[in-house]
Amino acid sequence: MTGAYPERLWPSLRAAFCLAVIVFLVSPMVIVAIVSFSSAPFLTFPPPGLSLQWYRKLASSSVWLDAIATSATIMVPSATVATAAGTAAAVGLARARIPGAGLIASLIMAPMIVPVIITAAAMLGVFRAWGLQGTRAGLILAHTTLAIPYVVFTVLAALRLVDDRLESAALTLGATRWRAFWRVTFPLILPAVLSGLLFAMVISFDELVVSIFLSSPTVRPVTVQMWSDVRGDVDPTIAAIGTLLLAFSVCALLLETALNRQRTRPLETAGTGPKTGPRTGPRTGPRTGPRTVPRAAR
Amino acid sequence: MTKGLLQLDNVSKVFDTVTAVDRISFTLAEGEFLSLLGPSGSGKTTTLQMIAGLTHPSSGAILLGGRPIGPLPPYKRDIGMVFQNYALFPHLTVARNIAFPLEMRRMRRTEIARRVAAVLKLVDLPQFEARYPQQLSGGQQQRVALARAIVFEPKLLLMDEPLGALDKKLREQMQLEIKHLHKRLGVSIIYVTHDQDEALVMSDRIGVFNQGRLEQIGTVEQLYEQPTTRFVAEFVGETNVIRGEVRHGANGCCTLETAEGPLRGRAHHAFTIGSAALISVRPERLRLEAGHALRSDGDGIPGHICEVIYMGRLRKYVLDTQGGQKLIVARQVAGAEAKSFAVGDAVIATFVPEDAVVLQDRHEQGGD
Repeated sequence: MTGAYPERLWPSLRAAFCLAVIVFLVSPMVIVAIVSFSSAPFLTFPPPGLSLQWYRKLASSSVWLDAIATSATIMVPSATVATAAGTAAAVGLARARIPGAGLIASLIMAPMIVPVIITAAAMLGVFRAWGLQGTRAGLILAHTTLAIPYVVFTVLAALRLVDDRLESAALTLGATRWRAFWRVTFPLILPAVLSGLLFAMVISFDELVVSIFLSSPTVRPVTVQMWSDVRGDVDPTIAAIGTLLLAFSVCALLLETALNRQRTRPLETAGTGPKTGPRTGPRTGPRTGPRTVPRAAR
Repeated sequence: MTKGLLQLDNVSKVFDTVTAVDRISFTLAEGEFLSLLGPSGSGKTTTLQMIAGLTHPSSGAILLGGRPIGPLPPYKRDIGMVFQNYALFPHLTVARNIAFPLEMRRMRRTEIARRVAAVLKLVDLPQFEARYPQQLSGGQQQRVALARAIVFEPKLLLMDEPLGALDKKLREQMQLEIKHLHKRLGVSIIYVTHDQDEALVMSDRIGVFNQGRLEQIGTVEQLYEQPTTRFVAEFVGETNVIRGEVRHGANGCCTLETAEGPLRGRAHHAFTIGSAALISVRPERLRLEAGHALRSDGDGIPGHICEVIYMGRLRKYVLDTQGGQKLIVARQVAGAEAKSFAVGDAVIATFVPEDAVVLQDRHEQGGD
């Protein structure tokens, strides 16, 4: 009895602790989401009734719509550039014999480790000198820098799982280095590249500190707009925009998880599942027709 | 063996300070099956990669069809290669894996389809074109890798321990299939292996590698009957090696003074009187006679039997010789009447000098 008691006690204690942590972490977000549907004219919880008025207000507010548009026009180019540059850097670091590769890797990773406020202050100084402070281009550049390490990290991990002899084989079969990469290596790391792209998008969309330093009244991303609103008149519009941001991040993460599952799952089911390989260039293969796999023929 | 397809001329490869391949030269005839045999790390795979163009020689020249291919990147060499782990593209079906080299050559789609179907038939995998590599067994993956390497009809096919991952029975079956394929296609093959049986079964000639050097290259029979170094004698088949000093040598025969007494063997080059040398005798070339004194013609090594191993077709005897050596004798188990010896019997192991080979003692000469 004395032996069995703690054995049953520990799992339940552990479960309770985990639950407490989850509640602590998740409840603010849930409360924000609930408040965004409030019928009250100010931030109260629990809300007296439900309403979509704050979303309606959001949709008709030129300030918020401008801010969302600004965020989007920063996010798309910065995430694209970060993904392309980060993938190229990862391939170089993983495959090429570059002297000082370790140093280059740590420099690329620096924005992840250096406190954001330091990065922000440094960028402010440099960008002001370059005339980029308060411009869209400046924010795109800054967000790209912040996102690259995440892309490099994800793609590098995927590259380590891809046997580099596959590229050697492609070379002996008549492919140039360039074609070997696009036809063999790239399809195999594509899920990781897409993960990196999602990370880069989320980082740009959620970024606040650097954006505060680099934004101007004309170029003001959503997060900066929220920041200045929170300090002034607060109404549940802020909860509505917060909920939208949250939904965006959650969707991105869910998508990323789905991609991850695709990547780690052995290709055994690939015959019937969605194609993982991209179609780079025209499909010249002889067999692009129905892909029914005779499973019994083993 | 009419004309040389591939020629290696004093090819070396140095990684940092390690010499992986040390001044290797050989010529491969058109249609020849050459095995590169040696322990792991002896430089055979590096040699193969230099031929494929995946790594570049530090010095020396490689000629394909009489043309130096040093500056040629791998994708312009038209050399097929089968990798140790098959290196099949996991995101492509069997058919698209095999079509890959044809697509790279920008062949027409109908021609690709025709060739893929033909080669799949050749390797006996006709219904597998829509499968992915992971859905195949090891032997099937091996065949796909082979099909992919020959579908563009290269004149030279390189194989890097292609059967290493298969079990023994499948290996033996694939050995024969590769051999038949070689005959049918007339392609030249360089085959890297560390398995001497595999090399013996498949090859026209074998090149034996050791520590980056090509110790000897020749037919199976040449390597077995006329090894030029101790390493080759011991690596190709089993052998007994006895150290001694050269007494006299004439007409290709050489007498060594050893701890077992004077022993004679064939010598393929001149030895200076008084130099250290080795004599190598294969276990199956030794006969056993009971007693202490030599009766028949030939040379004998007296000793006691310390171990008998019955192996079905053969009986292996381990002798403790008077000179303090272990000697292995293999005798066929011919039938009930064949006399056998027991542990403790005093015997003499005899051989005719033509069956023994005198080799240089590299350790003595090199002075390492």
